[in-house]
Amino acid sequence: MAEFRTEEMVLNMGPQHPSTHGVLRLEVVLDGEIVVNVVPHIGYLHRCFEKHAEAMTNYQQVIPYVDRMDYVTSMNNDLAYALAVEKLLGIQVPERVSYIRVIMAELNRIASHLIAIGTYGLDIGAFTPFLFCFRDRELILDLFEMTCGARLLYNYIWVGGLSHDLPHGFVEKARAFIKTFRPNIKELNDLLSYNKIFIDRTANVGVLPADVAINYGVTGPMLRASGVRWDLRKNDPYSLYERFDFEIPVGTNDIGVVGDSWNRYMVRVREMEQSLNIIEQALDNLPSGDVKSAIPKRIRPPVGEAYVRSESPKGELGFYVISDGSGSPFRVKARSPSFCNLSALPEISRGAMVADLVAILGSIDIVLGEVDR
Amino acid sequence: MESSEIYEILKNEFGETILEFKRDGVVEPYIVVAPDHIRDIAYFLRDDERLQFTSLMCLSSVDYNDGTLGVVYHLHSMTLGHKIVLKVRVPKEAPHVQSVEAVWKAANWHEREAYDLMGIAFDGHPDLRRILLPYDWEGHPLRKDYKVPEFYNGMKVPY
Amino acid sequence: MQSILENPYLIAVLVALVPLVWILPYALFAIWLERKVSAHMQDRLGPMRTGGWHGWAQTIADMIKLLLKEDIIPSKSEKWLFILAPYIVFAGSYAAYAAIPFTSVYIGSNISVGVFYVVAVSSLVVVGILIGGWASNNKWSLLGAMRSAAQIVSYEIPSTLAILTVVMVVGTLNLQEIVKSQEGWFWNWFVFQKFPFLFISFLIYFIASLAEVNRTPFDIPEAESELVAGYHTEYSGMRFAMFFLAEYANMFAVSAVAVSLFFGGWESPFGTALSGPAWGVFWFLSKGLFFIFVQMWLRWTLPRLRVDQLMYTSWKVLMPFAFANIVFIGLWMMFSH
Repeated sequence: MAEFRTEEMVLNMGPQHPSTHGVLRLEVVLDGEIVVNVVPHIGYLHRCFEKHAEAMTNYQQVIPYVDRMDYVTSMNNDLAYALAVEKLLGIQVPERVSYIRVIMAELNRIASHLIAIGTYGLDIGAFTPFLFCFRDRELILDLFEMTCGARLLYNYIWVGGLSHDLPHGFVEKARAFIKTFRPNIKELNDLLSYNKIFIDRTANVGVLPADVAINYGVTGPMLRASGVRWDLRKNDPYSLYERFDFEIPVGTNDIGVVGDSWNRYMVRVREMEQSLNIIEQALDNLPSGDVKSAIPKRIRPPVGEAYVRSESPKGELGFYVISDGSGSPFRVKARSPSFCNLSALPEISRGAMVADLVAILGSIDIVLGEVDR
Repeated sequence: MESSEIYEILKNEFGETILEFKRDGVVEPYIVVAPDHIRDIAYFLRDDERLQFTSLMCLSSVDYNDGTLGVVYHLHSMTLGHKIVLKVRVPKEAPHVQSVEAVWKAANWHEREAYDLMGIAFDGHPDLRRILLPYDWEGHPLRKDYKVPEFYNGMKVPY
Repeated sequence: MQSILENPYLIAVLVALVPLVWILPYALFAIWLERKVSAHMQDRLGPMRTGGWHGWAQTIADMIKLLLKEDIIPSKSEKWLFILAPYIVFAGSYAAYAAIPFTSVYIGSNISVGVFYVVAVSSLVVVGILIGGWASNNKWSLLGAMRSAAQIVSYEIPSTLAILTVVMVVGTLNLQEIVKSQEGWFWNWFVFQKFPFLFISFLIYFIASLAEVNRTPFDIPEAESELVAGYHTEYSGMRFAMFFLAEYANMFAVSAVAVSLFFGGWESPFGTALSGPAWGVFWFLSKGLFFIFVQMWLRWTLPRLRVDQLMYTSWKVLMPFAFANIVFIGLWMMFSH
């Protein structure tokens, strides 16, 4: 019997496309509806952050640039960079600063996961959870606006401290937010997570084995969904995270297999609950102090370098800062989690269908600002 | 395991190609190795029982402004918990480093970025092309002596 | 004057235009309703300002805007087919209105093969979609159009099988007769008869009809997030509005068929109270609108099925149930004689 030879079609998804979460071009080689190969083309949002950082005259001036890398979780970007420069300088920040940084980072983690979950539902075709998630995110953005005046790009966590202390009424408003948000997570689970159609679309789709994930440098919820219990907040703690009691959600086998898109999505939902616990504990034990006392007047680190990594909502965000003794950085390299997570996309989407490709891309949760810097 | 112990193991295994161990580096100690043996060293670091450096945290390119370029590898073991920093240095005129893409797939895109922005050629990389800049861009922007070109495809670049 | 009014051709044209009198204002209303329903389900308000009270004039404003838009026809497309496609889709859904009884004294064409005609002619929609997708000269549109054709054709089978059960019970294909045999109080409606088999028939028909009109969870052909906009990607302005009008007309057509077959059509639910030719129109339109509301409700709640899961649902779930249903109803009818 003669073998069927079907022609392969090359389809271009993007750079303008409703589902690619930004300007990403995916060159998809299709055989009918099955994906044979995916070649991501990135760089549409490259803004030469690393070159700009070298041109700055002060280490604090790099922080607005760092904000704009992963623009939905600015606090975590600021935190990682500030920790790197503080390690280079060898300074200790007051406890109050660390606690507030933890609160802000966790609030931002919830905001980022809400965007990831909402847009993921939108990709799958469920329009309503998207608006529910954004409604809840508005409450978080109100908290941020109250503190530092900005809704998206904060420039809040500085090297050695913070730019503003918590305003009056912040603690009460944060507690009120936690109270309203907990039942909303349950509502989201009822509406989307355990919906049969959603499970059919995402379970067993895009399975990423654990050893492949580690080899590709995949980190964050994507790695945890593949069954690896690894979270920098517990395994390599920074900023007093070791004082907080929380769990690390890991991918399970009860719906789909470990490492599929449903697990990547569900790990994020569960992480939001854990973040609420951390914020509650931090609010309960908030020490007093001056948040600006440790900010150095002039930042002149010794000749040397430091690599510090932190757990941003997308994964492991690392900053490698080299100093040559002067006031401006010699080299700042940002190791962004979305860059490494996206490099695993061709590996896990071979053999999937076009609709699955959208589901897989949504579950990786990339932000192009971070991929391209 | 401490960096000095890791250095001892590497020195025993690879001898000459381990060039230097900066014990008192600010902030962490680092090991300098030869650029044309980095792949074998990487395989050893990943597969050896005592070391198990299964994950490449970060691969950065540096322009040291003295005629040399460098690549810095930050490695880390998830099972044993230790970290190490490796460095290689190459002259700016002929920057060739062995690719470690076969050892850690994470290096695939990181090395492409190092090639794109700094111009370091990685021998043995399966797909070394530009990743962040357009495919027909000329020059390597992150170098200290980089001059922005006047025109790109007929469009004036500095505005 | 007298002879003009008795001209049979003129009468035929006037009778054919009657559903249009309903469809055009209904489409304007349904688009506004969709926006309000989706908004309230998503914890927001929807149009509030245009025209004053809750933005009722929003759709009219949108229509005016679409009429004023530049008419873009892609240069590499098949021009005449590209222009023709939306009208074929609308013709397919409009032609179905001919055999649907709006009230006891009005039915466009009282043919004895009523429901068979409705099912057959609404398949013209597939032809229009395929033409539109192919003539756009765009890979994405083509993918959307082919998916749509596969989907509509597959779901016609369970839908027709479900209709067949009602026809077996009544013994005629004429929709006016089917509605008349449900007269009385609402427990005479076929959805409550021969319980639970006709109820299952109704469920199968309703789910299959969602696929026929390309609504979520079966809206793959228009899947915005995957294929940009599927088969109507390249359409803009009034042509795009025509596709929309056709979709809403189709929604009401399948809803009207469901109401006529299972929910008593224009019959009043209270027997002879509140009944009569004018009341018939009221009952028919309200029942139809209720199912339109349910279709919108489902669209904004459920995610979208993937193409192979959609096919699986039709061939391996709905069809066996529909066949089993026919067997059971046949047995019931046999043993009750």
